[in-house]
Amino acid sequence: MTNQINSVVVVGGGHNGLVCATYLAKAGKKVTVLEAAKQVGGACVTREFAPDFRVSAGAHLSYLLDADIRKELGLDSHGLSMAAEKIGSVALSPNGQHLYFEGENVSGEGLNERDLQGMKEYRRFMAKFAGIIGKLHNRIPPRVGTKDRGDLIDLGKLALEIRLMGTDDMREFLRIAAINIYDVLQENFDNELLKGALALDAVLGTKSAPRSNNSVFTALHRMSGNNGHGAGVLSIPRGGMGAIADALAAAAKKAGADIRTNSPVKRILMDFDKVSGVELENGEQILADIVVSNADPKTTFLDLLGARNIEAGLAHRIKHLRSKGNTAKLHLALSDLPHFKGLDASKLGQRLLIAPSQEYVDHAFNHCKYGEFSAEPVFEITIPSIHDSSLAPPGQHVLSAVVQYAPRDLKEGWNSGKAAFTEVVLNTLEQYAPNIRSKAVVAELLTPEDIEQQFRIHGGHWHHAEMAMDQFFMLRPVPYAAQYHTPVNGLYLCGAGSHPGGGVMGSAGRNAARAIIGK
Amino acid sequence: MKKYDAIVVGAGHNGLTNAAYLAKAGMNVLMVEKNDWIGGASVSRELHKGWIYSNCSYVCSLLRPEVFRSLNLQKYGLQIVPYGGSCTMAQNGDILGSYVDGDVDRREMARHSQRDADASVRYNRDIMRQCRFIRKFLLRMAPDPTSFKLRDLKEMFYLSKEFNKLGEDVIYDMMRFYTMSISDFLDEYFESPLIKGAYAGSAIIGSALGPMSPGTAYVLLHHAMGEVDGNMGAWGFARGGMGAVAKAMAGCFADHGGETICGSGVEQIIVKNGKVTGVALENGDEHYSDVVVSNMTFPRTFLECMDEKDLSPSFLKKVKHFKIRGSSGKLNIALDGLPNFPALKNNPELIKGDMHLIDSMERLERAYDDWKNGIWSRDPYIDMLIPSLTDPTMAPPGKHFMSVFVQYVPPKVKGKDWTDEQRDQFGQTVINQIEDYSPGFKKLILHAEVRTPRELENEVGLTEGNIFQGELTMDQLMFNRPIPGFAQYRGPVKGLYMCGSSNHPGGGVMAAPGANAAREILSDLRRTNTVPEGWLDD
Repeated sequence: MTNQINSVVVVGGGHNGLVCATYLAKAGKKVTVLEAAKQVGGACVTREFAPDFRVSAGAHLSYLLDADIRKELGLDSHGLSMAAEKIGSVALSPNGQHLYFEGENVSGEGLNERDLQGMKEYRRFMAKFAGIIGKLHNRIPPRVGTKDRGDLIDLGKLALEIRLMGTDDMREFLRIAAINIYDVLQENFDNELLKGALALDAVLGTKSAPRSNNSVFTALHRMSGNNGHGAGVLSIPRGGMGAIADALAAAAKKAGADIRTNSPVKRILMDFDKVSGVELENGEQILADIVVSNADPKTTFLDLLGARNIEAGLAHRIKHLRSKGNTAKLHLALSDLPHFKGLDASKLGQRLLIAPSQEYVDHAFNHCKYGEFSAEPVFEITIPSIHDSSLAPPGQHVLSAVVQYAPRDLKEGWNSGKAAFTEVVLNTLEQYAPNIRSKAVVAELLTPEDIEQQFRIHGGHWHHAEMAMDQFFMLRPVPYAAQYHTPVNGLYLCGAGSHPGGGVMGSAGRNAARAIIGK
Repeated sequence: MKKYDAIVVGAGHNGLTNAAYLAKAGMNVLMVEKNDWIGGASVSRELHKGWIYSNCSYVCSLLRPEVFRSLNLQKYGLQIVPYGGSCTMAQNGDILGSYVDGDVDRREMARHSQRDADASVRYNRDIMRQCRFIRKFLLRMAPDPTSFKLRDLKEMFYLSKEFNKLGEDVIYDMMRFYTMSISDFLDEYFESPLIKGAYAGSAIIGSALGPMSPGTAYVLLHHAMGEVDGNMGAWGFARGGMGAVAKAMAGCFADHGGETICGSGVEQIIVKNGKVTGVALENGDEHYSDVVVSNMTFPRTFLECMDEKDLSPSFLKKVKHFKIRGSSGKLNIALDGLPNFPALKNNPELIKGDMHLIDSMERLERAYDDWKNGIWSRDPYIDMLIPSLTDPTMAPPGKHFMSVFVQYVPPKVKGKDWTDEQRDQFGQTVINQIEDYSPGFKKLILHAEVRTPRELENEVGLTEGNIFQGELTMDQLMFNRPIPGFAQYRGPVKGLYMCGSSNHPGGGVMAAPGANAAREILSDLRRTNTVPEGWLDD
């Protein structure tokens, strides 16, 4: 039996697991990362989906990556660089009269003075409020209702930060934080196309519509990253999102962590009342004092640990954690540059959005409530090969799009549904980019079912659990397991299923490491 | 020039409550009302000879017992009788009966799902826990979290103290409850679609939200937090219809020297040198006071009855953004006899209670989708009652009054004002729906009054037909109601107060806003307080 003191197994080499492993290794722990796939990264990964065509298979834009973590782990020295930074967005219109926006600026046909002023004011207060949420990223969530001084101080700090916004902004924050983006956009803008695009930003990756309360929260979350540039500023790593994972893996190895790929974990071992290690699918057992899971909470507790090893209340809560994905991913290998109606080729490198109005987004959403995919889906499109020629052969291109809504539990089943939805997706895309289908050498659509299988995420939700206010901060993933350690001795969580939630951030991994090392 | 101590604009139940408390404190109070009758939406009207319709609100539960008892409303004739039971009828002929007796109730639930029957014990306990907490704050002014005034700090302290008393477990439950959708919340307890659909109904009443929308769990709470005679969560009929509530309050008001003038609405609240000085009525009359209390909706008060010049542009902008979209409709029907519901053939007594026509969450959510699209629900949610079965005063012997409440009905149809034709089409949609469940129903109809948000606004002054005088969402509750900074019953002009449901704690025939506003007015005027604190504890 090996010396177990200070030994840690990290289940899953996703970006948070790698961050956690690196900080633990730097603190002197003996860390082993076990990744089931042949490459690390989880859903933060670059894949060759067609010969010589590479795409960020999951997340495809970086805007939440914590700048402090990037610096502390020396990711740039391990090969991370950005192919493009501060990318603007285009709100595509079916008639070719698009709107262009970046930060507080917006331009294009059909905007009035109210829209222009509204954009400045909207960006101002949203960025400010997002900053409050951003301040929470590197904090271990306090518990509530306890007499613990540390918890009370943390809660007090949060209240003070809100108060320091000033009376008007504090009032506005308390007014809108819990409501829907539709109402907020109606108050600030007239232009339907602009509102549609801004609303899309609020609902990407969620099971919500512009009118769903909670969508202001998700909009703020998206803007809350301490990315070093500004609220919600978009970048594309050179080599795709996998470059982040690769740099993290290099940092982890340099710190002394051991990373094993092709090593799927079958179960977490228990020795009476505490975890004692893991068993791989091939039967090999690796013992450790501490097991940190980068897997989603349901996989961790119900599949790897087993419901019989946790008490009924926790099992009930985990079972009811809302974690079914509604988001699909489209990858196209293009024989040459696509043409979008009315869009100058110089703008193809921006983020292209198909959400022509809030009503359109709302109608797309209605379907997923009833187990259907959207008849007219919404898209967030990037063509990263424009900035990074390493992703495709010369003159050829890769298109990556987040597409909604595609519920994990499709009523008709994805066996038949996938082909049907792919048709709908490509037809919709062609309305904006004629002939794009004929340029697509390969078209790959990942449904939530595919995401579940390929990224090993229960429910196919790449945030591991819905980003909702009742599943956030001290409630994420569930009460009593929100401080990274769990009610099971020696078992910790470090993934997107913990605070601060989904998105390529790294904060969960670092916070978990701090919880393990001791605050 | 006669000067009153206070003028209350709008004789709805909150205005009446407010006026009664001020009169009890010895103030000389005038109430002005635009209609020829008092009561606002808590009213009984004989719109068909021989029948009394509770033509807006139709059942009573939220009326604060502290108000009932301190205004001695039973002395002035108010009698509320709880009705026992309710039922939900499914399209396949099955029903879910709900009974006052817990054991009977669970046995009926078990008929659909044993698991759900067991879960209902936990569900009721959890809901009641939330109710007990929120009831502590109904008869209190909401604190201003940005203020360092002693009063506000004390209220914030009270809030956090009560919060902490709950204990960590329940605090987490509460945080989740206030942000979840009722659909997700019910999924954590129940499996039967009929049971979930039945319970979800009260979570969308009067709301611009579907059961799958986050925030609806709160609306359910808002409807569960009342009581009748100490039976928490019970609903009842006021004998003589909901107008009896207004009548009793008016009786108390008059008994304490209050004066009421009906028949002319307020044209403008008069402001001189930054202070209110009185009201100018539409008929040309003027009445004077340094204190004017508006029971009208927040937008109506400031956008229709005040001069723009007397208000700041930023305040006006916020008033315009106040969300008050109506989503409800009503049919009040005089019936020639008792309708027959084949689904109730084994449980005929359930016809005395609330009858709901809904099958599942999905059906309810689709009804909401229609509202979002600017049309009335083609397959609406219906909440029907036959008060005359419990209260014989509402219809001639052997005949009946049926109240039919409907969700969802948009304030405008596809963005345009309702036409009479559309109103009638809407009425037909509802009547056809009821006929499906009760063959022969149509033949019993002697008279049907169809009300859309248009009627509600025109007749009762409820802006956009929203029955709560403002939507019940997090941005418009507690210290945000009606808007941040003006959530303590005081208007932006000296001497101007607000006492209607646009204020904390919100809508329903609760009387709490009216009472809380009175407490503030009396405090500002340094008069003896006649308004009770919330003294319910259990």
